[in-house]
Amino acid sequence: MSQLPPHITATGKKRPASAERTPVYALVGNPNCGKSTLFNALTGLKQKVGNYPGVTVEKKIGETYSQHGKPIKIIDLPGAYSLAARSPDEAVTRDVLLGRRTDTPQPDRILCIVDATNLERNLYLVHQILDLGRPVILVVNMMDLAKVSGLEVRIGRLEQELGIPVIACEAVNGKGIVDLKLAMSRVDLPLARHSWDVPAAVASAVAELQASLTDNDRRPPLVARAEALLLLTDFDTVRVAGSTPLSGKTTEILAHWQRHWEGEGTDWAGSLVASRYDAIAGLCSGIVQQAGVTGPSASDKIDAVVIHPLWGWLVLGGVMTLLFLSIFTFAEIPMNWIDGHIAALATWVKDVMAPGDLRDLLTDGVISGVGGVLVFLPQILILFFFIGLLENTGYMARAAFIMDRLMSRVGLNGKSFIPLLSSYACAIPGIMATRTIEDPKDRLVTILVAPLMSCSARLPVYLLMIAALLPGDAVPVLTKVGIMLLMYVIGTVGAFGFAWLFKRTLLKGAPPMMIMELPPYRLPRLRDVLFQMTERAGLFLKRAGTIILGISIVLWFLTAYPKHPVPDATATQQIAHSFAGRAGHLIEPLIKPLGFDWRVGIGLITSFAAREVFVSSMGVIFGVEGSGDQTTPLRDALRHATWPGGAALFTPLVCLTLMVYYVFAMQCVSTVAVVKRETNGWKWPLFQIAYMTGTAWVVCFIIYQTGHALGY
Amino acid sequence: MSASLKLSSLALGMSARVKDFPRTGNTFIRLREMGLLPGTTVTFIRAAPLGDPLEFKLRGYHLTLRREEAEQITIEA
Repeated sequence: MSQLPPHITATGKKRPASAERTPVYALVGNPNCGKSTLFNALTGLKQKVGNYPGVTVEKKIGETYSQHGKPIKIIDLPGAYSLAARSPDEAVTRDVLLGRRTDTPQPDRILCIVDATNLERNLYLVHQILDLGRPVILVVNMMDLAKVSGLEVRIGRLEQELGIPVIACEAVNGKGIVDLKLAMSRVDLPLARHSWDVPAAVASAVAELQASLTDNDRRPPLVARAEALLLLTDFDTVRVAGSTPLSGKTTEILAHWQRHWEGEGTDWAGSLVASRYDAIAGLCSGIVQQAGVTGPSASDKIDAVVIHPLWGWLVLGGVMTLLFLSIFTFAEIPMNWIDGHIAALATWVKDVMAPGDLRDLLTDGVISGVGGVLVFLPQILILFFFIGLLENTGYMARAAFIMDRLMSRVGLNGKSFIPLLSSYACAIPGIMATRTIEDPKDRLVTILVAPLMSCSARLPVYLLMIAALLPGDAVPVLTKVGIMLLMYVIGTVGAFGFAWLFKRTLLKGAPPMMIMELPPYRLPRLRDVLFQMTERAGLFLKRAGTIILGISIVLWFLTAYPKHPVPDATATQQIAHSFAGRAGHLIEPLIKPLGFDWRVGIGLITSFAAREVFVSSMGVIFGVEGSGDQTTPLRDALRHATWPGGAALFTPLVCLTLMVYYVFAMQCVSTVAVVKRETNGWKWPLFQIAYMTGTAWVVCFIIYQTGHALGY
Repeated sequence: MSASLKLSSLALGMSARVKDFPRTGNTFIRLREMGLLPGTTVTFIRAAPLGDPLEFKLRGYHLTLRREEAEQITIEA
């Protein structure tokens, strides 16, 4: 593999070629420097999102056009502070740039984006990338914010010093995009004027490693040197699936030098980092000028309130309240709208089609199953929007900063807070939001416990049980709220308890780092946040949608077959006769110690599609037609339900036990589908089902048996 | 012989130059790569409402750090 792309000669001139393939640019930069905004501005909606095979890191490829109308491919690599990777995201960025991934060819050219308001740290990554010897275009973004804080960045001078094109940008306003596209369209891009002195202590090590990388790992010369330098700061390097490992010889040389330096006490890694920063500081001294003394910035003033020892809590509480309000009230209207339309669709199918199995499959299987999930779409969209807004404005980092101390008590990091909080509404956006957690173990633990935070789908179950549990017609609001709160508390305690347990045992690891940047507050473009929301919702629908459809059909089949011998049997009789009914009988011995009978068993099984299906299943089983929002007829039916011997089935104790079962048990196939996607396999979702349902059984057993013994 | 001043003891709003800190471990290499090096000037902005982590300003941006890490970083008096 030659060092330069095949159509560019060593002097940078274009070689005439009969057919050129589409040039591939990699877009790299620190987190929070507006990279996504730039990517969106360049590619518009022409983006493709997927996963890097074997890793749960998002792969984003988009297309833009040169000034001649030729297509240009851009890979949006995950944000990174350094090529010495400390997280799977950074590992992928490093591997793609070094050409270590067989599924992604090494990019031809690199677009480095930096934040004008803190150039020095941003240039560290650029400095490493310049080692690679690829054509680089530097984009200095957020020039507007720099100007506001009195910072002057001499773009022309920077271009002179580095020898590569430097474009000033305000991606959020679209300024500089045209100039950038012009630069990207250039047929020949100069290579950077980049030479820096490697500290003497490590120079011979670098040379040896470089030689080995060239000979044994078949790296092109410049990449070999860049990689040699990287390996010397790559402590406990993060390796991810899909990247080609180093040859044994190279690893040996590295280990030998590391032992040597450790014996000598040489600060090899630190000296390399320091010499890079020295070079950067020298560069910046002539480039960046701070006009006069500046007072606190707008961000500082906001933070004085947001992270205030007192007001900070109020702000956090306000954000949380807004989150829940939006889920429970704002979503209500669209949810009812969708519900109504789905019901109308089902009615239309019933009218239009001849009665029979196919019609039933469509109405009771497909439409009802998928419809049940679609109804939650407004909530999910709102959550994604909200989380996106929190991320892009910078508040998310503040929330993590405030909650970190509490989170670290259970071995987690403040970044788990927002994902867990969102799970109170629905675990799915919460689990998808765990992508911001760098440490894979912490991320996994957060994903595993997220469903324990009582999601809103459990509410119909709680409400039904509370109605059945309390005597009389009217339920005092305070009691209702009190019991619900109890369920939420139990779930939360369970989540944190298991997080602590997992971090101590199964997923034991070093306590997570809390080295985090607090970016300045920014007002994101509404367009970008909406785009991100639809992108994530689309992903969820695509992945989970197929699984949900499948399970809905299976469940319909289980309740509809075998057919009751009597042709006009009621729904109640049919379901009792079906596979589901038999399954209910089958598991009855298992759930009897919890106070449940086979009819409740059917409900537990059908809840696997979605928790709220329990209510409609109970309606069918107890012969209550289409109860809808009115729980009264169903509640009465439940109160009158008895065991074969005549004893009441839904005693207050059983109602309580059932609620607690729903707090802990893993149901909801949509969540399973998302966990499978986010953990890249079935191992963890299956483990999650096992530990959650197992815990549900044990806890309910204790509650029921103790209560029973006490005479309830 | 006074014990060396630690970053964690820096007063609110005050600045100091970093003297030295551990050379090994993921955390400390990453800190260096983020620009916190011996010789860098750092300002202590605030502690989180619960007392930990701590927020510092360096090289034009804000960085958070746990108290136990800041305790291993010495600063010049």
